[in-house]
Amino acid sequence: MMTQGMFENYFLPGVWVTVQVTLFSAALAAVVALIVGTLRASRLWIVRFLSGVYFELFRGTSALILMFWLVFAVPLMFRWQFAPMYAGVLALGLTYGAYGSEVVRGALAAVPVAQREAGVALGFTRFQRLRRIELPQAWPEMVPPFNNLLIELLKGTALVSTIMVADMTYAGNLVRIGSNESAPVYTLLLVLYFVMAFVLTRGMRVLERHAKAGVGQAPPRGGLWSRLALRESAGEGSGALTAGGAAR
Amino acid sequence: MSSPADTPQTPETTDSPRENGGNGESRANGSELVRFTNVTKRFGDVTVLDRLDFHVETGKHVTLIGPSGSGKTTILRLLMTLLTPDEGTITVDGDHLNHEERDGKLVKAGEKHVREVRKKIGMVFQQFNLFPNMKVLRNVTEAPVHVLGLSKDEAVERAKGLIELVGLSEHLDKYPSQLSGGQQQRVAIARALAMRPQVLLLDEVTSALDPELVAGVLDVLRDIAHTTDITMLCVTHEMGFARDISDCVMMFDQGRVVEFGPPDKMFSEPEHERTREFLSTVL
Amino acid sequence: MNWDWEVVDDFMPRFWDGLALTLQALVLGSLIAFALGLVWAMAQRSDLRAIRWPVTAFTEFVRNTPLLVQLFFLFYVVPEWGPSMSPLTTGIIGLGLHYSTYTAEVYRAGIGGVPQGQWEAATALNLPRVRTWTAVILPQAIRRVVPALGNYVIAMLKDSPMIAVIGALEMFGEAEGFSNETFTTEAYTIVGVAFIVIAYPASLLIRLLERRLVLTS
Repeated sequence: MMTQGMFENYFLPGVWVTVQVTLFSAALAAVVALIVGTLRASRLWIVRFLSGVYFELFRGTSALILMFWLVFAVPLMFRWQFAPMYAGVLALGLTYGAYGSEVVRGALAAVPVAQREAGVALGFTRFQRLRRIELPQAWPEMVPPFNNLLIELLKGTALVSTIMVADMTYAGNLVRIGSNESAPVYTLLLVLYFVMAFVLTRGMRVLERHAKAGVGQAPPRGGLWSRLALRESAGEGSGALTAGGAAR
Repeated sequence: MSSPADTPQTPETTDSPRENGGNGESRANGSELVRFTNVTKRFGDVTVLDRLDFHVETGKHVTLIGPSGSGKTTILRLLMTLLTPDEGTITVDGDHLNHEERDGKLVKAGEKHVREVRKKIGMVFQQFNLFPNMKVLRNVTEAPVHVLGLSKDEAVERAKGLIELVGLSEHLDKYPSQLSGGQQQRVAIARALAMRPQVLLLDEVTSALDPELVAGVLDVLRDIAHTTDITMLCVTHEMGFARDISDCVMMFDQGRVVEFGPPDKMFSEPEHERTREFLSTVL
Repeated sequence: MNWDWEVVDDFMPRFWDGLALTLQALVLGSLIAFALGLVWAMAQRSDLRAIRWPVTAFTEFVRNTPLLVQLFFLFYVVPEWGPSMSPLTTGIIGLGLHYSTYTAEVYRAGIGGVPQGQWEAATALNLPRVRTWTAVILPQAIRRVVPALGNYVIAMLKDSPMIAVIGALEMFGEAEGFSNETFTTEAYTIVGVAFIVIAYPASLLIRLLERRLVLTS
């Protein structure tokens, strides 16, 4: 069995690292998603093109390889060294930001044209329209797919263990080697990830309520424990099916 | 919705159409084929059918009329086992539909029993419900082959005859999406008949059709009504059609039978105020 | 910038070996995911709570926990009481199992998208349950889920480097081995580019397929 010492010395700090990596890369991904997603709706073709290239590039990339590339190839190629944790955060943030940009783009496109026109009629600048009219209306639509992405991101943080970041998966591997028993460690790990995903989902659902109430829509149905399912169930049509960001 | 107190008790039987039926003389088979006994069906708080009693005799054509929400379609869906009654029993040709007798007691029927009784019933739907992934011919042969166990050749022969009957012989090799709504509905009629059911249920079969396509479908049904001895239970808003083919018309309101009788009497001198009101809105 | 084409030349033979293994894992993993996902989706529609509930719980758990840890679990824990499997077999099963919980959702949506009238017509014609599934429901459901399934194959491709962690030497595993032996890093770049080069046309293909299915349905 895992000893108390192992638990306190490896596992708990590992949990904390996982939480940190998740939060940092989620923050980075959100910024990237918002910027790239908005740029992809730009009027200038060159801006649309470049942001589109970013999207295609990073959704075609494997996050694991990107991490290794940042940690091992970049220092040799560009004489620039990352701390492993930041390489991990950067890789995850850039990749999931690309998926997120598709969510932002889709939600912005779903805002009725009449809203944009009303903004023009009232004399708002393009940036003002985006900030005061379009984004606030698109935001509630973004929250559920962002939740799916956030869980994918949480799962993705396990990858940082492969570049020597001592997250909880890394700690789990250490404990396995140290104790020669794998069943309890990995079971505990899986359960911990699941619990974290569950907590994140509940948090995002609260956010969704606020977002919907903020634009005068009815809050989503169901209470805190309404469903076992963590994700928004996929709707019909592949657009909704892949909004989770795991694919595309 | 329905308060049992203020509506009159439903009639026990509908044997009157036998004597009065406009064209019923040739098929005075007379035995009871379908019977509803004390059938109640609720959806949540709404009672759609309220202790309904009626029966239909073999070979008769019965049309159910009444305002929407009066429970007509529910009767057909109960008979097709797409719904199960909350109370009461339904029998078809003497067999219980949702129950079976075991040790002298009525218990909920097993899948096998239901499937056996269901063979006697066929249904044509408002929305056709053809299988879009099968061509016309296979839509009609699928069930005879896989339910009745007919050989492929027998089934094809039977299907071709029926498809000719509904006037679509040149469309055997098309997919439903390549046909008009009226043509699709005629295929659906052929598909139901291919199972040689004793009772054919017609659920507002022309309601989803463009007006110019209605006549073709009704002609086919008229033909079937006049040339075969199949029993028909029909929900429709086409009163002219109802008058043409029915032996008996039953007026429903709020889950109960308001009155019934041969079409001539029902359409020209209905007894109840509700029937008169309803007919004045649709005729 | 530091880049040596000779290193690239040295790596290429191992690259092709790795690519072959990646594609093998992808194909077999996809087959498992397609088949198992369908089983989950149908089980979740079961009338029996005793089937529905455990399957839902299991798929939710697998879908919301990291593939990487699942691979460790399959590789280190399962042999303690079950069969011992090679790294590649473990990797293929891990990928297939993980993605089956995604394809299950795809199938579920696809099956749910078949109109209720189709079930009713099948009942009215008295079709047996198995026949209803195989001749009526699934042919209609699968048609509309093909693009979504394709998208998950691409997602699986991008997750396939993870199986290198338990020792299955696909593209990334070969790159890592080569880089460690030669103290170079070009291999990582090559493999990274290779993934984009495979994934991008594949996703274009799926978008094309999507458009055609929308047009013809």
